[in-house]
Amino acid sequence: MNSLSTLSREPLLWIALTVGLYLAAQRLQKALGGFALLNPVLIAGAILALFLGSTGIPLVDYDRGGQWIHFLLGPATVALAVPLFNRLHQIRQSLMPVLVSVAAGAVTAAGSAAGISRALGASATTVLSMTPKSVSTPIAIGVAEKIGADPGRTVLFVVVTGILGAMTGTGLFRLLGIRDRRAQGMALGVAAHGIGTSRAVEIGETEGAFASLAMGLTGLLTAVLLPFAVRLFR
Amino acid sequence: VLVGFATLVGFQLLGEIVARGSGLPVPGTVIGMFLLFVALAVRGKVPASLQKTSSSLLGVLPLLFVPATTGALLRWREVAGDALPVAVGVVASTWLAMAVTGLVFSRLIRDKEKTP
Repeated sequence: MNSLSTLSREPLLWIALTVGLYLAAQRLQKALGGFALLNPVLIAGAILALFLGSTGIPLVDYDRGGQWIHFLLGPATVALAVPLFNRLHQIRQSLMPVLVSVAAGAVTAAGSAAGISRALGASATTVLSMTPKSVSTPIAIGVAEKIGADPGRTVLFVVVTGILGAMTGTGLFRLLGIRDRRAQGMALGVAAHGIGTSRAVEIGETEGAFASLAMGLTGLLTAVLLPFAVRLFR
Repeated sequence: VLVGFATLVGFQLLGEIVARGSGLPVPGTVIGMFLLFVALAVRGKVPASLQKTSSSLLGVLPLLFVPATTGALLRWREVAGDALPVAVGVVASTWLAMAVTGLVFSRLIRDKEKTP
């Protein structure tokens, strides 16, 4: 039995479980009519978190396998250059709207997150940790450290924001009458970083290209400007 | 496919070197994406192997976020005391940001494409 119990400290089990749960969640979503609310990332992640939490298996053990999958996020992010290039002509025609809407969206994301949580009585550290939540995790962690927020909390807000954007984006666009494919991609990339972008890639290449661009620009803008803005408001 | 993968990892490495060397506050992967984009623009077309690899990687992109999601969800206890303001703040600001971005872009592009 000893040899079996060491399985939880090796990569194989966790890679198999992560891929298996994701595929199962994806099938479930399809079988139930493809509702965006049944987000496979959330379902697989929540089941894994519940499993680890209830068995007391430490996260570092899971990460022995998880890091293999997580690593591929790097080359996959670089790969977003391909849809971006394939839609170059569309992007070139809309450079000004892209830049203006990224600026408006990024300011709204950080400002409203801080303003609303503060008005509802969240602690100062939590409020600060909310501000970088619309950018991808590595940028968000860097910014959180710089502004004296708690990077751990920021990571949670980033992930929940991304999943929420992916889950509710199409519904919100329908509600607001945002039909332009480029606008939908922009909104997902600005508000919901990589997870929103992965949803945009799923919807179509135009959406994916504009989401990738929006994600990159929002990250850049937030990383450069947020530390100044925080100092200004303090 | 291997050539395509090597291209991606190569540009990721290049991006990482640029990020660390320049002190830019942007992750190496995002810089790698822009460098590859520039390289493709100079070259004028996407090599077949790169097209193939990136399509298959991007096809499973959501899966790649599962480990990070698992780790993040295990941190819920840290904000349990602020549960309500956090929940309302995250939901409302995400919807506001999507709405503002989408509406501003739609409006500007409509004005632009109407005037010849």
